[in-house]
Amino acid sequence: MILTIDGVRKSFTGPEGSVRVLDGLHLDLAAGETLALTGESGSGKSTLLTLVAGLDAPDEGRIMVSGQQVNALDDSARAALRRTTVGLVFQQFNLIPSLNVAANLAFQARLAGRLDMPWLEEVTGRLGLSDLGNRYPEQLSGGQQQRVAIGRTLAARPALILADEPTGNLDEAAADRVLDLMLELSRDSGAALLMVTHSKRLAGRLDRRVHLSRGRVA
Amino acid sequence: MWRATAGVLASHWRRHPGQTATLLLGLALATALWTGVQAINAEARASYDRAADVVTQNGRPVIRDPSGADIPLEIYVALRRAGWPVAPVVEGRADIAGRDVTLIGIDPLSAPVLPAAEPTEGSATPETDTEGLIAFIGPPGRLMAAPETAARLRGALSQDVLNTPDIAPGTAIGDIGIVSQLLGLQNVITRMIVVADPPAHAPPLAQLAPGLEQLAPEAGADMAGLTGSFHLNLTAFGLLSFTVGLFIVHGAIGLAFEQRRGMFRTIRALGVPARTLGVLVAIELAIIATLAGAVGVGLGYVIAAALLPDVAATLRGLYGAPASGALALRPSWVAAGFAMAWLGTGIAAAQALWRMARLPLLESAQPRAWALASSASQTRQALAGLGILCVGAFAGWLADGLVAGFTALGGLLLGAALGLPWVLARGLAFAERRARAPLTEWFWADTRQQLPGLSLALMALMLALAANIGVSTMVGSFRGTFTGWLDQRLAAEIYLDAGTEDRADEIRTWLDPQVDAILPQVWTEAELGGEPATLRGLPNHATYRDNWPLLTPASGVWNALERGEGILINEQFARRTGTSTGDVVRLDDWTAPVLAVYSDYGNPGAEAAVGLRLFSQLHPNVPQVRFAVRLPVADAPKMVEALQNEFALGADQMRDQAALKALSLEIFERTFAVTGALNVLTLGVAAVAMLTSLLTLATQRLPQVAPIWAMGLGRTQIARLELLRSALLALGTAVCAIPVGLALAWVLLAVVNVAAFGWRLPMQVFPSDWVGLTALALLAALAAAALPARRLGRRPPADLLKVFANDR
Amino acid sequence: MIAKGMVHLCVWGLLAVFAAFSASAQGFAGMASDAEGFSLPRPNPEFSFPEDHGPHPDFRIEWWYVTANLTAEDGRSYGIQWTLFRSATRPEAPADTAKGWASPQIWFGHAGLTNADQHFTAQTFARGGIGQAGATAAPFAAWINDWAMTGRAGPGQDALDRLDLSAHGADFSYALKLEAQGPILRQGLDGYSVKSPRGQASYYYSQPHYDVQGTVHLPGGPVVVTGQAWLDREWSSQPLAPSQTGWDWFSLHLADGAKLMVYRLRDADGPDFIPASFVGPDGAARYLPDGDVELTPIKTTRVAGRDVPTHWRVIWADGGLDIETEPVNTQAWMDLNVPYWEGPVRVTGTHQGQGYLEMTGYE
Repeated sequence: MILTIDGVRKSFTGPEGSVRVLDGLHLDLAAGETLALTGESGSGKSTLLTLVAGLDAPDEGRIMVSGQQVNALDDSARAALRRTTVGLVFQQFNLIPSLNVAANLAFQARLAGRLDMPWLEEVTGRLGLSDLGNRYPEQLSGGQQQRVAIGRTLAARPALILADEPTGNLDEAAADRVLDLMLELSRDSGAALLMVTHSKRLAGRLDRRVHLSRGRVA
Repeated sequence: MWRATAGVLASHWRRHPGQTATLLLGLALATALWTGVQAINAEARASYDRAADVVTQNGRPVIRDPSGADIPLEIYVALRRAGWPVAPVVEGRADIAGRDVTLIGIDPLSAPVLPAAEPTEGSATPETDTEGLIAFIGPPGRLMAAPETAARLRGALSQDVLNTPDIAPGTAIGDIGIVSQLLGLQNVITRMIVVADPPAHAPPLAQLAPGLEQLAPEAGADMAGLTGSFHLNLTAFGLLSFTVGLFIVHGAIGLAFEQRRGMFRTIRALGVPARTLGVLVAIELAIIATLAGAVGVGLGYVIAAALLPDVAATLRGLYGAPASGALALRPSWVAAGFAMAWLGTGIAAAQALWRMARLPLLESAQPRAWALASSASQTRQALAGLGILCVGAFAGWLADGLVAGFTALGGLLLGAALGLPWVLARGLAFAERRARAPLTEWFWADTRQQLPGLSLALMALMLALAANIGVSTMVGSFRGTFTGWLDQRLAAEIYLDAGTEDRADEIRTWLDPQVDAILPQVWTEAELGGEPATLRGLPNHATYRDNWPLLTPASGVWNALERGEGILINEQFARRTGTSTGDVVRLDDWTAPVLAVYSDYGNPGAEAAVGLRLFSQLHPNVPQVRFAVRLPVADAPKMVEALQNEFALGADQMRDQAALKALSLEIFERTFAVTGALNVLTLGVAAVAMLTSLLTLATQRLPQVAPIWAMGLGRTQIARLELLRSALLALGTAVCAIPVGLALAWVLLAVVNVAAFGWRLPMQVFPSDWVGLTALALLAALAAAALPARRLGRRPPADLLKVFANDR
Repeated sequence: MIAKGMVHLCVWGLLAVFAAFSASAQGFAGMASDAEGFSLPRPNPEFSFPEDHGPHPDFRIEWWYVTANLTAEDGRSYGIQWTLFRSATRPEAPADTAKGWASPQIWFGHAGLTNADQHFTAQTFARGGIGQAGATAAPFAAWINDWAMTGRAGPGQDALDRLDLSAHGADFSYALKLEAQGPILRQGLDGYSVKSPRGQASYYYSQPHYDVQGTVHLPGGPVVVTGQAWLDREWSSQPLAPSQTGWDWFSLHLADGAKLMVYRLRDADGPDFIPASFVGPDGAARYLPDGDVELTPIKTTRVAGRDVPTHWRVIWADGGLDIETEPVNTQAWMDLNVPYWEGPVRVTGTHQGQGYLEMTGYE
């Protein structure tokens, strides 16, 4: 198993008191497997991603990524896990504004210390970004930025890709194309994919689909 | 990972050269201002010490013949052989190459302080002290003179003439043997300096040389207080510029973090540990601080070099023996400059790094300007400011002395600055409540929202303005007072010292038909309220009625004084003992009513004045040998010359005070010019700080103005509103700065000055200056806002649209 | 500022005089070997007294040098030093002595006062030509500012036979009366004192036979003292060879009434040069050429940051003399611009006694 989630609980304190977002969640993901996480707003999908990435810690339970218990690691070990094992595709892209497209695409691979030029070129080409290398993020359309964000993650060959509504800013046709690419490329790089989406249509194209409701697998 | 992360950090500065430039500029300017003031201070002090030492031999007493006659050399030898540590001096005027030169001869084996000459040109190795001594004594010997004098003398004499900036123009110093020969003096000297207190076994002077008198050091003592004020002025400026600089550095560094908040979060999420990022950012800041510090020290050098000639001229005029106008690179102020850059960056970075370490990884990646400066923290900050203000006030009120004065000064500045955002926010909230039209309401609310982002720049602006008002109030008060003091002290055209009563009578008889008035100058030691004091006799003459600087003018004072009904006392005594007009005070055996208090700047001791007639009755034995001579100003130089020819009065016995006064005033005007230039610079730096803040905010303004644009407000109109906003904030800041500046001036005049010198300068306010300054502040703010506003006004609509596209 | 000025002054004054000795930064090693118009000592001098007690302005340097070993009533030992140096910036013929400030003579004085746990020093400076400092032969006087050595010899006595000696420092002073109990001793060969195998020489005579009484003033108050003193007169224009780095000089009063003067001139390029002279208890004087007396340092002491040989063994085999000297105060450092060690010593061994040791070139 590349990912094991075992009895994870998480609450947030908001203006109306404590809200339980995840309530004893169990989930497994095998290496190379793709899984869609669906559910209504507030069902805890995005929270789960942040917990898996080690950006936040669960109140209870265990999250194992690649044999390591994420929520037992210290900050630098969690950072190392994100750098080398987990790849994040953000809803807001979070490109680095002062780096051009080429540098953004290579950035995570360089952080991970495994920049593989032929693979990077292949990813860049297949995402249709070859001609945009010298542009800066602010000079790209939303769709182009989305592809750069995906390319940045894939180029680093993580064992587990966490994607939060990666096609949320795209129309249906474009979203299909991008998803095709993502599935294809993650298959080629042997990565497992955990994708949060609203869309049942897109979710259906992944190996498995899990629906969250009130912080549990429905 | 390290290289990739460092590359990202660097890419930000490469991608935004404007931001890089403003950050460096802000840091460099703060450093420059501070360094410049430090450099001027250090140089002026060094020069001042040297010059004062050379001229007065560190203020040592002098032995001379009361009549001004030469002293036989045997008497010097007798004093030395009796154990008196005296140094012989010959002084006289000689016509060399058609020019009148004052020659001063000293014995290097007994004079403790010699001026420092500039190295001789062309000599490959510096000569040793021994070689220097032997060359100085000669033959042929050496002379030392100010460069311009040296140039004139060179070639006209067989002696080598060294450039020595510490010597007054028109004067040359040489070995006593050489100078005696040039002056044609044999076996006589002019005076002796008592270089150390005589040992116990040495017989008293009266026994060894009955005809001679020992005078307490005179030169410089009068002016020391005023020069002290001048330095204090610069020191205060140094402190103010440091505070202003700290705020600017803080603002610049804070912005550099704010601009990159989103990027920091992203790279943390991509797997860069917090520690790695912290270390890299610290290194980055150190590099920036060092770069900017170097530029700043260089700029500071330029500022100092530009202003120093005036400072040197000031000191030169005060002492007649000058400070050097040349600027040496002193480690002290170079270090001070870098310390400013590093310390400022360090303080600012500590806070920023702390915030960065706690940066929540999950928050929205959108930059939120000064998120922490919420209304609650504004209040907290204002309360802290109030606390600091209280501490400062408490220090100024409870404790005495300079430390308390400067604590009060620091507390006032810092406290007022911290309170500013709260005050402005309250003002804006008030305006918002009063607003009727929706656009006006939006304008006030939006301005209030901008406030946190601008507050550091506004604080810097307020400090600059307050410093300006404070210092110009102090300087203005100082100028007014100083002019009055000069009028009092130098009211007559010529002051002369006849030495003996016989000569005095002779000179008086000769002068009487030629001048308007001859006013005896008499004083003696007395006991005033139980403490030793000087008692003066003032002749009944308009010179005093019109000019004597009474702090509490009252009608009839002068008539009462003339009738011997009371005394005048000086401010120092009045302040120390709490005596005021109408009180009585014990003067020797007489319980005297105090008629008035007069200002007596630069005098550390107690002093009282009575009418001359009464003085003569009280002290019939005090001879009248010194006179102030009144005559038309234009005739003074001729009269000085005539007196010289007729009675051979030496340079130390007679002074054309009108010329001296004119020179002093001119010099003080130059001092004020230095202060003025520094004022403008400080304001300029604050304007740059504002520009930096506004430029940064402008990039974050789009999402805030886009809805307004969408609702139908033109881009030009939005830009105009931006300008208006800056102007209004600057105006509010200026209004707040006026009371702070006045308080600052009050602390300088009433606490720091009194602590330092024992006298208080009456504060004079100059409201027209405030108007000018406010206008200047508005101008600075508008200039700073112009560029961002113009950019906003020209922003293509597509950019504004994008806000909606991207803003989910 | 005064203090700083005084330091400058000291630097200048001292350097001025020692520059006459040392032409370069090598210190004592670089003594001027060319005479630049100054007179030079010649062998077989014929001293003429009292004239030669006075100054010789045609020579570059000259000194009047007194050391005394003193004992207080409580048995404590004291030592004093009194020195007047004359240094000429250019040669001056005795006949046309320049008057007034134009005189090329610079004078300076050193004084020291030492006991077992205290050591005081002072120095003072003056120009020649105006009477502030100088020396006269008859009646004898040598003075600088308020320091003086004044003769009060009666008829038929040498001008140096009876002397009053005084000096003042910041924290000490002394006033002593000296009475000679024997004749003047001509050092070297009839007063021609060779300083190196290469021929450098000076004129040198001594009066080693003084009895002393007087008072020394310390911060704690005056102390009445009695003892023995030794006076040296020396003048020259080029006293040392360039390679000679300094000297260790002894003047010893032995208990049997004998006097021993011996010094070692240290030479960087060759063997040390050690001449001596001995006055027996019977008053017979002998010149002991280099090689007769052996001088060996036996112990060094850390003094003012340098190692100084403070304890010595002196052997004159032919004279049956084998003694060791031990300083009264090892820390008798004259911390002046050209610093040196000078202080009283005690003598033990085949002979008992006391004396003075001066060591230069350890700076």
